[in-house]
Amino acid sequence: MKPAPFRYAAPRTLDEALAVLSQHGAEAKVLAGGQSLVPLLNLRLARPELVVDINRVAGLDAVRHEDGWVEIGALVRQWDAERDPLVRSQVPLLAQALGYVAHPQIRARGTLCGSVAHADPAAEIPLVLTTLGGEVVAARAGGSRTLPAEAFFLDLFTTALASDELVTAIRLPAGGFQGTAFCEFSPREGDFALVAVAVALRWDAGGRIQEARVGVSGVGPTARRVVEAEAALAGEEKSRSAAQRAGEAVAAAVHASGDVHASAEYRRHLARVLTERAVVQAMAIGGEGVDAQ
Amino acid sequence: MNGEAERTVAFTVNGSPWRGTVEVRQSLADVLREAVGLTGTHLGCEHGVCGACTVLVDGRPVRSCLMLAVQADGAQILTVEGLAPGPDQLHPLQEAFWNHHALQCGFCTPGMLMTAWALLQEHPQPTRAEIQTWLSGNICRCTGYQNIVEAVEEAAVRMAGEGGRA
Ligand SMILES: Cc1cc2nc3c(=O)[nH]c(=O)nc-3n(C[C@H](O)[C@H](O)[C@H](O)COP(=O)(O)OP(=O)(O)OC[C@H]3O[C@@H](n4cnc5c(N)ncnc54)[C@H](O)[C@@H]3O)c2cc1C
Ligand code: FES
Ligand code: FES
Repeated sequence: MKPAPFRYAAPRTLDEALAVLSQHGAEAKVLAGGQSLVPLLNLRLARPELVVDINRVAGLDAVRHEDGWVEIGALVRQWDAERDPLVRSQVPLLAQALGYVAHPQIRARGTLCGSVAHADPAAEIPLVLTTLGGEVVAARAGGSRTLPAEAFFLDLFTTALASDELVTAIRLPAGGFQGTAFCEFSPREGDFALVAVAVALRWDAGGRIQEARVGVSGVGPTARRVVEAEAALAGEEKSRSAAQRAGEAVAAAVHASGDVHASAEYRRHLARVLTERAVVQAMAIGGEGVDAQ
Repeated sequence: MNGEAERTVAFTVNGSPWRGTVEVRQSLADVLREAVGLTGTHLGCEHGVCGACTVLVDGRPVRSCLMLAVQADGAQILTVEGLAPGPDQLHPLQEAFWNHHALQCGFCTPGMLMTAWALLQEHPQPTRAEIQTWLSGNICRCTGYQNIVEAVEEAAVRMAGEGGRA
């Protein structure tokens, strides 16, 4: 038996789940896909007194399109989102990123909201949420609030979520970009990335970039947007040289620190190369391609 | 709701119903092996990294070391013991593994087979790259993977020839 003993509750409704959390939140852990929590239980790095399994809560498993947002409920599996027509057409950057999240067997159970609540600094889904300016919907007994990604992710494995709150959904802006790309480097396929870069571009009829989003993870405690790189792209023609300047802007802006997996210098190098690569890919997706200069 | 330490669960394994009382902290893998008596599902790392424990739950490949047995209440489970169509028979995947020497010690094999089964459900004619991606979550310390990939390729061809999956 791997985990330390705990008690187990499996509420059937959101109200029931929130009531349990309001009473026992401090000594409880929410169980969604279990792909991060159960390893921690098995290694006894987490020893909650109560596990609140939300998998049987009704109404949390939908992907919805409303008011310009794609809303993804707490029980939507990464596996389903990856194949979801709404996600693929309205938030292609997320669909691109999901292929990099672990392995099919992990995505079959893991949820997007669980990844966001877990806030691993190397995780792909928080990076996409941050890059696109997405939101997190958090409910507690008697009310709910919506937080922008940048206010939600505070530090590595640390979010603004209180112990009596449940993430009921994440929201991502629908559409808006013609070209998106996600690039990461990890030592083995399916591993957490050393560095990952997400790019979304919108351009006018003449191919001039009107708006750019550039996000990077692996060079700090949370994923972040790099406004310097976004500014370097805005107003430019799509070109490889503009992509290079964006890569240089990222390398100059980030403060990587070294660890057992990679030195600070190597992470900075990856951030530059991956940004350039992602911007070039995002430029090409619209169909016109990128001129060689 | 203060939660329980034990629960009675009922699920179907390889077509047969199973019902029993489990400790809520028991993994599905442990219950399959120790309570149901199906030891074909192997446990390597018990924290989600190696894939040896992969089983099908409601048609999807999952890490049975990362699922609590209580969560499988009502589920349809397929383990490696349920692959072969009958006694003294092998599933085309198993036969292809045999033909291609796709196992040495065999520890990883149940997880490889179950993952490959799920892959062929979704992509009956997978590319080599698709096979590699799907199997990337299963670690083998013996074979070097090459023969496993080839075995899955052959099984795909044979299963297509038999007019679908066995
Ligand atoms: C071998 C392996 C490789 C992996 N590789 C990657 C990778 O490359 N990239 C990546 O991003 N992830 C990776 N993961 C993690 C995986 O994506 C998890 O699925 C994800 O991090 C957590 O989602 P979950 O639904 O499984 O959450 P759980 O494990 O159930 O929960 C994780 C944490 O979030 C809390 N939580 C979950 N849902 C909610 C909610 N709705 N409200 C409030 N709190 C909640 C839990 O209490 C817990 O603290 C990997 C996991 C494994 C085992
Ligand atoms: S034993 Fe489950 S993944 Fe290793
Ligand atoms: S055959 Fe020995 S681990 Fe794969």
